Amino acid sequence: MTSVLEPSAPLELPAAPPDPVLRRPRTTQGFWGWITTVDHKRIGIMYGVTAFVFFLFGGFEALLMRLQLAQPNGTLLSADFYNQLFTMHGTTMVFLVVMPISAAFFNYFAPIMIGARDVAFPRLNAFSYWTFLFGAILINSSFLLGGAPNGGWFGYAPNTSITFSPGHNIDFWIFGLQMLGIASTVGAVNFIVTILNLRAPGMGLFKMPVFVWMTLVASFLLLFAMPIITVALFLLMFDRQFGANFFNPAAGGDPVLWQHLFWLFGHPEVYILILPAMGIVSEVLPVFARKPLFGYPVVVFSGIAIGFMGWGVWVHHMFAVGLGPVAVSAFSISTMFIAVPTGVKIFNWLATCWRGSIKLSVPMLFALGFVAMFTIGGLSGVTHSVSPHDRQQTDTYYVVAHFHYVLFGGALFGIMAGIYYWWPKVFGHLLSERIGKVHFWLWFAGFNITFAPFHILGLEGMPRRIYTYDDDLGFDYWNMVSTVGSFVIAAAVLVFLYNVWHSRRHAVPAGPDPWDGRTLEWTIPSPTPAYNFAEVPEVHEIDDFWHRKYGEDDQGRMVKLTPPDTEGSLDVHRDDVHLPSPSYFPMVASFGLLIIAYSMIYRNYAVAVLGALVMLGGIYAWGLEPSSEPHDDHGHDDGGGATSHDPDDDGGHKGVEPADAPDAALGVNSGTAEQVTTT
Amino acid sequence: MSAVDTTVHSDGHGHVTNTGVSNEKVAMWAFLGSECLLFGALISTYLLYRGKSVSGPREPADIFDIPFTSVSSFVLLMSSLTMVLALAAIQRRDEPRLRLWLLATALLGATFIAGQIYEFTAFVKEGLTISTNVFGSSFFVLTGFHGVHVTLGIVMLLSLWSLSARGKLPPEKSETVEIAGLYWHFVDVVWIVIFTVIYLIP
Repeated sequence: MTSVLEPSAPLELPAAPPDPVLRRPRTTQGFWGWITTVDHKRIGIMYGVTAFVFFLFGGFEALLMRLQLAQPNGTLLSADFYNQLFTMHGTTMVFLVVMPISAAFFNYFAPIMIGARDVAFPRLNAFSYWTFLFGAILINSSFLLGGAPNGGWFGYAPNTSITFSPGHNIDFWIFGLQMLGIASTVGAVNFIVTILNLRAPGMGLFKMPVFVWMTLVASFLLLFAMPIITVALFLLMFDRQFGANFFNPAAGGDPVLWQHLFWLFGHPEVYILILPAMGIVSEVLPVFARKPLFGYPVVVFSGIAIGFMGWGVWVHHMFAVGLGPVAVSAFSISTMFIAVPTGVKIFNWLATCWRGSIKLSVPMLFALGFVAMFTIGGLSGVTHSVSPHDRQQTDTYYVVAHFHYVLFGGALFGIMAGIYYWWPKVFGHLLSERIGKVHFWLWFAGFNITFAPFHILGLEGMPRRIYTYDDDLGFDYWNMVSTVGSFVIAAAVLVFLYNVWHSRRHAVPAGPDPWDGRTLEWTIPSPTPAYNFAEVPEVHEIDDFWHRKYGEDDQGRMVKLTPPDTEGSLDVHRDDVHLPSPSYFPMVASFGLLIIAYSMIYRNYAVAVLGALVMLGGIYAWGLEPSSEPHDDHGHDDGGGATSHDPDDDGGHKGVEPADAPDAALGVNSGTAEQVTTT
Repeated sequence: MSAVDTTVHSDGHGHVTNTGVSNEKVAMWAFLGSECLLFGALISTYLLYRGKSVSGPREPADIFDIPFTSVSSFVLLMSSLTMVLALAAIQRRDEPRLRLWLLATALLGATFIAGQIYEFTAFVKEGLTISTNVFGSSFFVLTGFHGVHVTLGIVMLLSLWSLSARGKLPPEKSETVEIAGLYWHFVDVVWIVIFTVIYLIP
C-alpha cells in the first residue's frame, strides 16, 4: 500500500526548505515510515496493536488476581500488590484497551466509511496516538519505579491524597490519565470535524453507517467528559503537590466533590466504551443476516439519546454516599429511563436478525454473543437502579459481575466481532473461520464461567477489592470456578493469537468484498490503498454499496445486479493523489508532554519547563511545516480529501512556504485528478 | 463537483466541507465546547466551597480590592475590541493595522496578567495562599487556570504577529486570525463569568 507514494515523493525538490533541526521525513517505508506516519490507517493499526499489547498486560494482571483468590487465605500476592493489580487492571482495560481499540476502529474505518481520504487533521491524529502511547508507558513504568497506582481506577480522594498515599503511585496515575485525556480530547475533536466535514458527496448525516454515528456520539461524549476528569485530576494534583485543600476535610474540603467530578466523567465514559461496540454490531448483524438494519433512524436516535441521558445518571455510582432520598430517587428514575434506548437497540438488533438468512460466521457469532451477554449486563445494571437493592450490592462482587458483563460481554465481544469482520480489509486476508470458532466458544464459555459466579458471590456478600478471604465464609467454590474460567479466557486469547499467525502464514487474498458487505469500505481493494478511494464515491442510499449490488424485480424480490458497477474502479492504481506528508513533530510535541509528566511526578519543575519548551518547539515546527510537501494549494477540491488542511490545533501560526514548487513534481494537480483516466 | 449532492459547500477559502465551515473553525468550536466543561467544573468547585473555609480569610470582601480587579477586567474586555479590529484589518487587507491591533491585543492581555500577578502577590502577603483554606485553593486554581489560558492566547497572538511581520500571514489567511479571535473572545467571556462569580456575587 505504500508503494503508491514513492513516485510522488521525489528526493530533490527545489522548493523543500532546508530544515535546520530535522529534515522532513520522506519515506513511508519501514520503521521510520511508521514512526512518522500521518496515515489514518497506519495510526489505526498502531492503536490496535498497542491496545492489544496492553490487553495482554491487563489480562495477565487479572490472572494474577484470580490465582490469589482461587483459594481462601491466598498467599501469592501481598495486600499492597493486590491493590496495585486491581487498580492497574481497571485503568488498563478502560483507558489502554477498550478506548484505544475503539480509536483504532474510528481511525481506520470512520474516514473510509464516509468516503474520505484521511481524517481532517492527520498530524493531530499522530499526536493523539503518540500521546496515548507515552501516557500508557508512563503509567505502566510505575511498576518498575517504586510501585504502581493503588487507589482503584476511580482514585477516590482523600484516600489518594498525600496523607494516605504518600508514594509516587498516585502521581503516576494522575499524570498518565492527564496524558490519555489529552490524547482522547484531541482525537475527539479530530473525529467530530472529520465526520461533520469530510463526508463524500451524497453522504448526508442520515445516510452514514451506524458505526460512524456511534463514533460521532462517542467523540462528543469524550469531548465533554474528559475536561471534567482533567479538572478532578488537577485538583488532586494541587492537593498532593502544592498543599491545596480541595479534598482535605480538616480544612473544609469535601470528599464527595471528587466522587461527583469523577462519576460525572465516569458515567459518560461507560457509554464511550460501549457505543463503538454497539456501532460495530450494528454493522455486522445486517451483513450476516443479509437484511438492512431494522429501524436505522431509531438505532441512531437511541444512540444520541444515550449520549444525552448518559449525563444524568452518574449519582447511581454514589447511592451509598448518603445524598438524601430526593437525589437518590431522581437518579434511580433516570437510571431506569436510560435502559429504554438501550433496550430499543437490542430489539432492533433482534428484529434485524428476524427472518434473515443468517450466516454464522465468526464475526456474527461475536456479534450475537454481544447482544446476549450485553443484555445480561444491562439487566443487572437495571437492578442497580433500584436503590435499596443497590445499597445492598454496593462494593460487592455483584457490581463486578455487572460491569464485566457490559465491558467484556459487551465492549470486548463487539470489538472481537469488529476484528474478525474488518481483518480482511486491513490485512488483505481473512482470519481462519475454523480457529475463529474455537476462539469464540472458548471465549464465550470462559467469560461466563469467570464472571457469572461473581453474581452469586456478590449476593452472598463477598466484598470487592479484598486480597483474600477466610475459608469459613462460603466463598471458596465459586472463586475456584471463576479462576478456572479466567484461564479458559486466557486460552481463548492464545487461540486468537494462533489464528492471527496461522491465517497470515496461509493467507489467501480475501478480495475487496469477502462478506458481501453493505458499506463503502468494501468497495475498495484489500488492503486499503494509501489514498483509500481511487475516485471519491457518490452516495445515494443508506448501505449504498448493497444497493449498487442488489435491486428488486417486479415482484419486489431481491435480485443481484450484474455486473456491479463498482468492479471497474478496483483495477485503478492511482499514484497522483495528493496525500499529507509524514512528520516527526507530532511525536516531538508528545514527547515534550512525557517529559513534563515525569518531571511533575518527581517534583522537578525546572525539567518540566524544559519539557514545555520541547513541546512548544514541536508545535511551532509543526505549525510552520506545510501539511503536504511540497506545499501547494491543490487537494482542497477533491471532496473527500483532507489533503492539505493544516492541522493547527491552536488556530494560531500557520506559516506556509510560498507555493513555488511546481505541481509537476507530483505529476498532476489533484484539482484535475478527478478526471484522471481510470483504466 | 457533484450532481447528486446538496450538502457540500465551499467555505470561500478553497476548502470544500459538508458544513460549509472550514475544518479549523469547526475544530476550534469543538475545542471551546470542551473548554466550557473545564471551566464549568472549576467554577462549580469554587461555588461549592464558598463560605466553607474554617480558617483564614473566608469572605471575598475580606481581602479583595474590587475596584482594582474591575479595572483589569475592563482592560481584558477592551482586548476583545482590539481583536475584532485586528480581524477587520486583515479582512480589508490592511496588514500594518493587523499587526498593530494584534500587538495591542497582546499588550492588553499582558496588562491583565500583570494585574493578576500583582493581585496574587498582594493576597499572599495578606495571608491567603493556595493552602490557607478551601477559599484560597479554589480561588487560586480557578483564576490561575484562566490566567494560563490568557497567557497561551498572548503566545498565539505574538506568533501571528511574527508570522505577519515575516509576510507569512497574507489576507487570504484571515481565517487564522478569526480562529485565534474565537479563542480570545472565549477566554474573555469566561472571565466575565468568573469575575461575576468571585467578585460581584455577595
